[in-house]
Amino acid sequence: MFESLQSRLSDVFGKLTRRGALSEADVQAALREVRVALLEADVALPVVKDFVERVRDKAVGQEVLRSVTPGQQVVKIVNDELVEMLGGAGAQGDSGTGLDLAATPPVPVMLVGLQGSGKTTSCGKIAVRLKDRERKKVLMASLDVRRPAAQQQLAVLGQQAGVATLPIVPGEPPVAIARRAMTTGALEGYDVVLLDTAGRLAIDEALMAEVAEVREAVKPRETLLVADAMTGQDAVNVAQAFNERVGVTGIVLTRVDGDARGGAALSMRAVTGRPIKLLGVGEKLDALEAFHPDRVASRILGMGDIVSLVERAAETIEAEEAEKLARKLEKGKFDLDDMAQQLRQLTKMGGLSQLMNLLPGTPKIQQQMKNAKIDDKMVKRQIAIISSMTAQERRHPEVIKASRRQRIAAGSGTSVPEVNKLLKQFADASKMMKRVQKLGKKGLARAGLPGLGGPGGGMGGGGMGGGLPPGFGKRR
Amino acid sequence: MSEQDPNDQGEARRSWFRRLREGLSRSSSRLGGGISAIFTKRKLDDAALEELEELLISADLGVKAATTLTAEFSRTRFGKEVTDEEVRGALAGQIATLLEPVAKPFVPDRAKRPHVVLVVGVNGSGKTTTIGKLAKRLVEEGHKVVLAAGDTFRAAAIEQLQIWGERIGCPVVARDQGADAAGLAFDALEQARRQGADVLLIDTAGRLHNKAGLMAELQKVIRVLKKLDPEAPHDVVLVLDATTGQNALQQVATFRELVNVTGLVVTKLDGSAKGGVLVALAEAQGLPVHAVGVGEGADDLRPFSAEAFAKGLLGVG
Repeated sequence: MFESLQSRLSDVFGKLTRRGALSEADVQAALREVRVALLEADVALPVVKDFVERVRDKAVGQEVLRSVTPGQQVVKIVNDELVEMLGGAGAQGDSGTGLDLAATPPVPVMLVGLQGSGKTTSCGKIAVRLKDRERKKVLMASLDVRRPAAQQQLAVLGQQAGVATLPIVPGEPPVAIARRAMTTGALEGYDVVLLDTAGRLAIDEALMAEVAEVREAVKPRETLLVADAMTGQDAVNVAQAFNERVGVTGIVLTRVDGDARGGAALSMRAVTGRPIKLLGVGEKLDALEAFHPDRVASRILGMGDIVSLVERAAETIEAEEAEKLARKLEKGKFDLDDMAQQLRQLTKMGGLSQLMNLLPGTPKIQQQMKNAKIDDKMVKRQIAIISSMTAQERRHPEVIKASRRQRIAAGSGTSVPEVNKLLKQFADASKMMKRVQKLGKKGLARAGLPGLGGPGGGMGGGGMGGGLPPGFGKRR
Repeated sequence: MSEQDPNDQGEARRSWFRRLREGLSRSSSRLGGGISAIFTKRKLDDAALEELEELLISADLGVKAATTLTAEFSRTRFGKEVTDEEVRGALAGQIATLLEPVAKPFVPDRAKRPHVVLVVGVNGSGKTTTIGKLAKRLVEEGHKVVLAAGDTFRAAAIEQLQIWGERIGCPVVARDQGADAAGLAFDALEQARRQGADVLLIDTAGRLHNKAGLMAELQKVIRVLKKLDPEAPHDVVLVLDATTGQNALQQVATFRELVNVTGLVVTKLDGSAKGGVLVALAEAQGLPVHAVGVGEGADDLRPFSAEAFAKGLLGVG
């Protein structure tokens, strides 16, 4: 019932790309689907209309219909427009926070937003990121004098994160707190002062006036609107109101790790013209990511987020281990130890489900995996199975006969069929490794990412790229 | 939370009704205005219907609910000259009819002693605040209420509930941050029994419904409660943020499937969010809506009234 925007669009574009020639009516039909898909993803209506209009102009006006691959042309136009709407490719130049801190320290940064959008948590995350990645000395101050224990929440976060917080003075009004934070920041040599404000409704005159007053008092270099990725059509109103009253300079989108389709990102970006700078992707203090419009657009369109995947792989897989594996592969040797290591790396990289989100054409595969009951738990069981083998068995799996299988199953708390399945998977994997070896480097690149050619394209066999045993992508 | 305390005068009733109306009409003035613009002396044709459908979508009703409502409209009124008033009135009527069956205030069962209510929801939906408001109301109605600070994850969530407890004079069972939520729930139920409480409200940490590990943790809380009382929790209330879009459908479905949600409280309805997803939710899930949050004050939790909501949504006088 709840198709994701991605799978929905994959279907639409799948139909389009399979066609040789396209009529104007074909494009119209596809765009109607795009419209509904975007609306169901909570993209605000005016933004959707505008978007569809622009795509239609480009798709119909150009050479598209006469070109060899009209379907793909349309997909490309939708993709380009989506990237454009999300902020333009490469808008996010640096790898840091994307925050503009080019001012005399202490640089004030203010966070605003509705109640419960995640301001305080985001404040802590940004502080950690500035401290660790940009070596900034950060002071946090909570201006939330309304919600019980809100100031304390930031103080606790500060302790956890190892970031200084402004001492709480009970009864002090927000503007005074902000001023005191700036004075403290200047006296004690802080680089950045993060001001966490109380949650407020965009239509609450008194509170909006208050935050405007704070803004006047400290003139923040960045005013970040923190918004929930699950926000519905109201996102436009909120973004507009905050932008008009306090001049938003960037957007922090939170709870991106949920399963909301995140249309709010499109809406708010379109309405304010301000970039989405950061994404909150988890409850931990380091779960904050830079925003990459091109990658998110590809994700929405079912093309996967290969760049993020590669980056994450590079971060987690130790180069040495990878080299060792590569040498082994060259010799045509791939044993169960290697497989276990790969499985462990897989869990390190955030587990299957996280990776699947980044891979192309995944909604269909995720469904298949769900049907086949392939999940992170299974990976753990497989690691357990391999751990229950002797060193000899791991190097020479061919010695594993019936009685050994029973022992391994008992030792790992699994069953013989599960052990069999793993061995079968291993056999498939080593077969593929041999094939890869024969193909050489050029072949690997080609065999690695077949899903890129067309959204929704098959991912069977070796389609998971070099890093995963091929059994994962298979339909059972 | 009965419909309204019988001792309360009409005065009070009008005042909360007005506040709700005000809150809702602020959020719906745009929707109402939009419909006026479309339908002032105009024929109800395909284009008009499409615009109507889009307006409903703009209120977060979702494509499906919007299509259903529009289809209903076209069946009875297509091609007729319709006025703004007619359209709004009829739509409000339809929406109220849809929502009427789910408008069920939360009434604690005094026989349970304590009636255990587990409050769940995604991060930032307003669980702790809702518990504070709900507890105040129950205390005012003469119930003995115990609170359990079960959000042991978020910084200062425990303190937040403790402050609420002090304000309204309810004992708060708490442990340190990072403590096991299930163990705390168990203790809380034991203490609530010892103290002869009528209602035990258990706060939980916010969690996204697609995090299997966190949802399993919630299931554990329920399992542990059942060791003391096989019927507990008697109610599992999901707190839903009115600004949430279509993802609310997934949220409710998943929470319901995994922790057997028995009712909803919708918060932040005093903003510009229209909360139209409630209409889609009523159709998809049919779960009771116990109350709506219309402000930050301790008294800003109101029983959900289908008619007031529908009228407010469409800006009907």
